[in-house]
Amino acid sequence: MPIQGVTDGKYNLREFLAFMGAGLLEDGKSVFVGTGLPILASMLAQRTHAPGVLILFEAGGMGPRLPELPTSVGEARTYHQGVAASSMHDLMALSQAGYVDYGFLGGAQMDKYGNINTTVIGDHAHPDVRLPGSGGANDVASFSHRLITIMAKQSKRTFVERVDFLTTSGYLDGPGARERAGLAASSGPYRVITQLAMYDFDEETKCLRLFSLHPGVTVEEVQENSSFEVLIPEELRFSPEPTEEHLRLLREEIDPARIALGR
Amino acid sequence: MKVLQKGKGKLIGWHDPDDARAWVAAEKSRQLIDKRLTVSEAVDRYIHEGDIIASGGFGHVRVSMAIIYEIIRQQKRNLVMAAKTAVHDCDLLVAAGCIRDLEVAYAFGHELRGLSPASRKIIEDGECKVIAEISNAGYQWRFLAGMMGVPFIPTRTMLGTDTLAQSSAIVVEDPFSGKPITLVPAIYPDVAFIHVHRCDRYGNAQIDGTMIEDFELSRCARKLILTTEEVVDDAVIREKPWMTMIPFFLVDAVVEVPYGSHPCEMPAMYDFDEDHIAEWLRVSRTQEGIASYFDEYIFGVDDFEAYLERCGGAEKLEYLKRRENLQEPKRAPWRNGR
Repeated sequence: MPIQGVTDGKYNLREFLAFMGAGLLEDGKSVFVGTGLPILASMLAQRTHAPGVLILFEAGGMGPRLPELPTSVGEARTYHQGVAASSMHDLMALSQAGYVDYGFLGGAQMDKYGNINTTVIGDHAHPDVRLPGSGGANDVASFSHRLITIMAKQSKRTFVERVDFLTTSGYLDGPGARERAGLAASSGPYRVITQLAMYDFDEETKCLRLFSLHPGVTVEEVQENSSFEVLIPEELRFSPEPTEEHLRLLREEIDPARIALGR
Repeated sequence: MKVLQKGKGKLIGWHDPDDARAWVAAEKSRQLIDKRLTVSEAVDRYIHEGDIIASGGFGHVRVSMAIIYEIIRQQKRNLVMAAKTAVHDCDLLVAAGCIRDLEVAYAFGHELRGLSPASRKIIEDGECKVIAEISNAGYQWRFLAGMMGVPFIPTRTMLGTDTLAQSSAIVVEDPFSGKPITLVPAIYPDVAFIHVHRCDRYGNAQIDGTMIEDFELSRCARKLILTTEEVVDDAVIREKPWMTMIPFFLVDAVVEVPYGSHPCEMPAMYDFDEDHIAEWLRVSRTQEGIASYFDEYIFGVDDFEAYLERCGGAEKLEYLKRRENLQEPKRAPWRNGR
């Protein structure tokens, strides 16, 4: 079953995902956001429990009061009433130096260690499908203290044993691999949100683990929609549901044209 | 330093730092010279077959579209594109057959608007090659190394990934910490083109909003063409020299093109022309559509002014200015075609 509230027509999937993402952000912490749902989630957090969340964009926008959903992470809205309009060098250097608490990305394909592919489906030299490549994603995953990823479509094709191309680092091939590769000690995947559940990562194995089931979804569905075995905790948790106010903000203030929210 | 890993991507645009210095000493004039040219003169003089090109701005933001259209009009071929956050510019150049190879940080997509039908297909068909991958910060720091005249910049990005394995970067053991670290090589693009808000006839330029990567790109490119919304008097620059982001001695050509970023955004001036971008995304699904788009908007018009007229003229431009000031609601005409 899909999420109960979606079946009931109370909200659509993307509204729910934006709500779940927003819940992870904190007042007084920084978030480096990618295009689409991560921006929606950050805007919702800014308008609800975390008005002091510091939103950062890779092209140089810092601390904006986002008036509407930006289509590009480089456009002028990304520093509307912001504290600074700077440069990519500045943003990336500060991220590398440790100023980014949360990195927030979307993904096309992920494996059990949280590695992400946004480059090619198939062989790199002769791809079946060419995707945009890393963009800033590899940098965000390398530099942020905690990485959050939203993948709207979890299935056997997108939750895979091994990604076709490891664009962006998760826990690479397991415990200790990030450190061995030279990545920052305090970095790596924190949460993954899909249409079925939210996940975290097991401390010992660094494998993806169920954190909370979305309302109406079963453990069986989580496993059926993954090519690898998802770790299941002993006690099940359930994801919360958006309130009327969350939905009003998303629909009326944040994305009235429904560009990222969809129909 | 112990080398731990060498990326398999092709190294482009790197020069020995002494060769780079010698080139700067010989080729970059420190004289105040009036550098104003027409767009066709600038492209004809400074963009050559086989050049490594880099386009300023970011995605659909502050892009020198006037230069992109002119490259297509003059049918330049075999160009190698530094595809750092290359979006509309790259999609058009690839679709027009101008590009042979690309080094990709981000390309073949239009952010929230969806993937590029034209350039993706050309890559998947093998007509145009991705010769190296890299991340945005990785590319940014290739420019920084070039700007600084050093052979590489150390960074902690891309480690452990296929992005690094397919890049031109090298991983070494850092002699200070003993930990693995990525070295991204300097790049000196043969030519870069950057659209700015205002500059004087010598090329002293001001940019409003974010610099994105253009501070470094303007300083590492061998030849630099500025297109500008407005050529201003030298006195305007000298009144507030702290506003100058690109000084004249980096600049080879100055081309005045009002609305020269259209259909891309020019921060604090005019917004994306979403209707026009939607039209491109719709028609660029077929070869015929691509050809008719280029006929209508590039080969079929005499200059940029005539192009703007064809895109809706003064009425459309006034709308885009109001939109940039948030006086009009946001629209997404490409959404229905996705």
